[in-house]
This record gives sequence, C-alpha cells and structure tokens, in this order.
Amino acid sequence: MFCVPDKNENRALTARLLVLVVAMFGFGFLLVPLYDVFCDITGFGGRTNATATVATEAPDLSREIRVEFVTTVNSYAPFAFAADVDSMTVHPGKMYFATFTAKNLTETDKVAQAVPSVAPVAAAEHFTKIECFCFTSQDFVANEERAMPLQFIVNPDLPEYVDTITLQYTFYDTARTAANSAL
Amino acid sequence: MNTAVADALDHHDDHGPAKGIGRWLFSTHHKDIGTMYLVFSLTMFFIGGAMAMVIRSELAIPGLQFVHPEFFNQMTTMHALIMVFGAVMPAFVGLANWMIPLMIGAPDMALPRMNNWSFWILPVAFSILLSTLLMPGGAPAGGWTMYPPLVLQTGDAFPFLIFSVHLMGISSIMGAINVIVTIINLRAPDMTLLKMPMFVWTWLITAYLLIAVMPVLAGAVTMLLTDQFFGTSFFLAAGGGDPVMFQHIFWFFGHPEVYIMILPAFGVVSEIIPTFSRKKLFGHDSMVYAASCIAFLSFIVWAHHMFTVGMPLTGQLFFMFATMLIAVPTGVKIFNWVATMWRGAMTFETPMLFSLAFVFLFTIGGFSGLMLAAAPADIQYHDTYFVVAHFHYVLVPGSVFAIMAGAYYWLPKWTGHMYNEALGKVHFWASTIFVNLTFFPMHFLGLAGMPRRIPDYSTQFTDFNTVASIGAIGFGLSQLLFVWAVLTAWKGSKATDRVWEGSHGLEWTVPSPAPYHTFETPPKARIANEAFE
Repeated sequence: MFCVPDKNENRALTARLLVLVVAMFGFGFLLVPLYDVFCDITGFGGRTNATATVATEAPDLSREIRVEFVTTVNSYAPFAFAADVDSMTVHPGKMYFATFTAKNLTETDKVAQAVPSVAPVAAAEHFTKIECFCFTSQDFVANEERAMPLQFIVNPDLPEYVDTITLQYTFYDTARTAANSAL
Repeated sequence: MNTAVADALDHHDDHGPAKGIGRWLFSTHHKDIGTMYLVFSLTMFFIGGAMAMVIRSELAIPGLQFVHPEFFNQMTTMHALIMVFGAVMPAFVGLANWMIPLMIGAPDMALPRMNNWSFWILPVAFSILLSTLLMPGGAPAGGWTMYPPLVLQTGDAFPFLIFSVHLMGISSIMGAINVIVTIINLRAPDMTLLKMPMFVWTWLITAYLLIAVMPVLAGAVTMLLTDQFFGTSFFLAAGGGDPVMFQHIFWFFGHPEVYIMILPAFGVVSEIIPTFSRKKLFGHDSMVYAASCIAFLSFIVWAHHMFTVGMPLTGQLFFMFATMLIAVPTGVKIFNWVATMWRGAMTFETPMLFSLAFVFLFTIGGFSGLMLAAAPADIQYHDTYFVVAHFHYVLVPGSVFAIMAGAYYWLPKWTGHMYNEALGKVHFWASTIFVNLTFFPMHFLGLAGMPRRIPDYSTQFTDFNTVASIGAIGFGLSQLLFVWAVLTAWKGSKATDRVWEGSHGLEWTVPSPAPYHTFETPPKARIANEAFE
C-alpha cells in the first residue's frame, strides 16, 4: 500500500466492506429472534409460555400466592372482556382454573387475540399456563358472548420474595391489525 | 509508480474542470463533491432552522397562537430528521471529501464515481422527505425516532419517510466505504497510520461506525414498513410482537449515530487548536485511542435512551455504568485540548474562537449527559426539556460549531482568499451568546418538569421559554452572517499556501486556492517536514 494502489486493491477492500454492510443488515433482523430468546429465557417483559404445556402437580401447601387478573381491551377492539373473579389465592405447584368472559359488541363476526403479560418480571418464568384461550385466536359471531378458560400452575420455584402475581390480558381485534393502513 | 496511472494522469493536465451543469451533475472530483455536500448541508441547515423558528415561535408564550398541534409535531419531527441527516452528517462528509485526500497526499477519493452517487442521492432523498409536508396527513409527526405504534399512524407520508431514510442510509454507507478505502489504500508513502492527522483518524473511526449501524437502521425501518403493509407483526403486540423491540433496534443504531455526529467534530478541533496555539497536539496517540474507545463503547450503551420502558434493575445498572464509562475517554480528549493550549503562543482567529467555544460548551453538554446517565435520576429527566438541552448543547455548540470552525479554517484554502475576519468574529460572538440564551434555560425547564414534544405548556414554564425563543431568533439571524462571510470570501486578501502561521499538514503545502488536481504524484519527503516529530 506504499505504492500507488491498483484498482484490484480498492475493489478487494470495497468488497469486504460491502460484506460487512450486508452482515450488519442481517444482524438487524437477527436481533428479532435474539430478542425473543432473551425474553423467553429471562422472563423480561412479562412473557409467559405461548403454547400448551403439561405440568405435574407438586403442591406446596405451606405457601400462599395471590394471583390477580387484569383485563384490558385495545382501544380499537369492540369487545367487552373481563375476568370472572378479580383474584385467587393459590398454592404453588397446584393446578387452578379461572374463566374470563368476552362478548362481541358488534353485529358482525369478529376475530380476537388475547396477549398476556405477567408482573412482576421475576414471576413471569414461574407462571405456567397449561391451557389458555390466549394460545389461539378466538372467533366470535355477531353479539356472541362466551366464557374462556385458563388453567395454570404457579411453579414452586417461584422466588421467595414474590407473594403477588398479576396476570394481565389485552384483547385485540385481529382484523384491525391486519388492515393497519385503514387507521 | 505504475505506468497505468501515469498514462491516465496525462489526459487531465490538458484541460480544467468541465463546463456548465455537467461539471456538477457528473462530477467524480472530491473538491467539487465536497463543495456540493457543504452547500447542500448549509441549505438544509436553514430549512431545518426555519422549522425550529416555527417551533420556538409557538412556544414563546403559552397558548396555541400560530400552528395546530399536529403541524407542530410535524415540525419537531422534520426539524430533527433534517438537521441530523441533512445538515450535520452531510457537512462532515463534505469536509471529509475536501480534506481527506489533501491531508493524506492522495489525488482523489478511492471510488470517485460512487462518490458522485453518494452525494446526488441526498437531494433526491430530501426532496421526497420534504414533499411529505404537502401530502394528506402531512409530514411524519411521530418524532424522528419513529417509534411504533405511533409512527404507523402517519398518513400517506409513511412509505415516503421510509424510502427517504433508506436513501439517506445508502448515501452514508457508500460515503463511509469510500472514506475507509481512501484512507487505507491511498495514503502517501511514509504516512503510517499513527502519523495521520486527527481529522483523518476520526473519520476512519466514524466510517466504521457508519458501516456497522446504518444497515441496522435500514432493517428497523424495513420492519416498520412490513408491519404496516405486508402483515408482519414485528412491533405489534396483537400479533405477538413488541413495540419496545423497535426501541432496542433503533437505539442500537441511534447511539453510535450520535458519536458519528461528534467524532469528526473532535477531529476538526484537534486540527485547529494546535495551529492557533502554535504547539503540537498534546497526547496525539492517546487521542486516537480515546476516539477508538468512545467508538467501541458506543455499541453497548443504547438502552440509556430507554431507562423508563420497564427495564429490570440489572439492565439499568449495566447501561448506566457503561454510559458513564464513556466520559473517561471523552475527558481525556478535553484534557488534551486544554493541555495543547497550555504554554502555547495563542491567537484568536475565528476558527480558534469556535473551537474554544466547542471545548467549553460541549463539556457542558457532556455534564448534562452524565446526569442523564444516572438511571434513577433519568426517570425524572426522561422526555423532558433537560434531554433537549443536553443534545442541543452537544450538537449545536458541539458539532455545528466544529463544522463552522472547519469552514472558516479551510475556507482560504478552498477559495484562495482570506474571509472577512471581523465578520467571522461577529458571527462567532452572536452565535455563542444566542446559542446559550436558547438552550441553557432548557435545563431549568426540564428540571422543573416541562415535557418534550408539546406545543403548549403550563404557565409556570413561560419565562424560560420566552428567553429561549428570543435566543433562537437571534441564533437563526446570526447564521445569515455566516452565509454572508462565505459569499464574500472571495473578496478578501489573497491567501498564502500556509494561510495560518502555526498550521502543519499536507493540505497547507499546496497553493491556495487548491489547484483542481493535487497530489497527482504522492508527496514523499514532505511528510517528514510536515510531521511534528
């Protein structure tokens, strides 16, 4: 490089730099699954399992946890959505049932999706949903009201300092999100 | 020297630059392209400045006097996009194009035809972006940071915003590749890396940052585009996505971006201060290492823009400590500039005045940055005017003053005449007084709780807002002095090759104005004379 460089030297370095550019573009997209993996491992962001799980019961009757249910309807979703009970007192390691009632408030058929979030973050990875209406999208015909089940276990390895867990669902109208430009 | 190059050079000696518009449209010449970047940047500076005037006019007193809130938000969004991508970055690329070949003894940039595209993409990109002001729904108004879901509510302008961001990114990436290949391959013999001037060093580092992070921004805005039009759910919670993920991806680009905007400024100031102190730069090698440390650290601090999203304690601690760590190499640089002046024989021409103001006022911006880095304190400061004060201090009396310092410093080399020194000094003092009048009160406003991005505010914030607006008007008008200084730059006395008594570097060994073709043969012995060994 101490003599006048020929075109090939410039081209070689340019090619290497272009590879770096493409690699960083790919890295930007790679961040998406990396983010998911990070959230799933750590429970950060309140994520819980998104698919049905089999769990064995090993009740810890010496400990009581209060589980609270919060429901929210996304501003564009024409639904009524509420938990049948506000909270339950549970033992870790034992399976419990809870039901939520949702109603399609319109005269047309709608499809909805519930997205859960668990607080505090430390509890998120220890809250196992065996069966949940949030695993799939929910179809509603006009004016339909129905009960939706939740089956869960609070894992016994929940950290000692957690005594209250809040499970929050947000209800979305999926047809709306598919046609975003109509906003 | 191989014969292929000698043969090519023979053709050029017979004629000067092409005539007419073709000289500019098809230019592959670093000096012409540098000039075009600088003129473009100055134009965008005034357009972005006009938007700032709209903002400050509305905020001068409580109440909504002049604009609708939706338009106000368009102004804040576009002001930032234009200043960041249209004024500051192209100005530094313009300085790089003009000066890097001159400073390393090269005849031109390594990839002259790509250089042409790097520039000409920009007027296209900004025409597209500015045209959104006239579209139904108006220009983008969700902030220059384009957070979803809000940005997805942009009207017809949305795909044009994404397209223009892509174009700006492509321009920056091509420019950065050009800078790296030029610096690595085209240096004069005997100019080893550590003998390079600081401006060249900081640009080498900046170019690597650009290549690393602009593609990530491209990815992020592409994901916004597919979420809006192609049914993906990267950032839409209903589909299993996460809006916070956008913030992570954006700021992974965004934080190195702000160092991209300041590192060349550090380089300019490192050229100017030794010249007017008549003393070589203190700790040259440590300046290089400090700049490299800053660049490396810039990749691991991004979430300090996100302390309030609900990050767990571990995350807050890590990003707080890493951010505070950047103050160390930055402090080394500040100290080295002061140490350069210590016992120097100093004079205070306009470039030196701007550089001195840079050192002092950038440091103030750095202090407010340290305050923001403290995560518990940031919970209070986030999204208030304290943040606005911080970044305007590091960008205006920081980057912009450095650009102006460089412009005054090298203007005699470009034009062959000394600019009007008295005019330059008036421009400096007016700018400095008004920039402080504009942005210092914003620290108090932020601490008192005034939020960002609002067109109207509670009455207790009135007085400082009025002062800031007066300062803004003064600052805006003062910049007309700069235009006047540049336009009349050809009227002054003829400039020598050296121009400034204390200057060192290869650019001062060529005549003023620099001939159209310089260093067609590499300078050998001159390096030894130029270096401060």
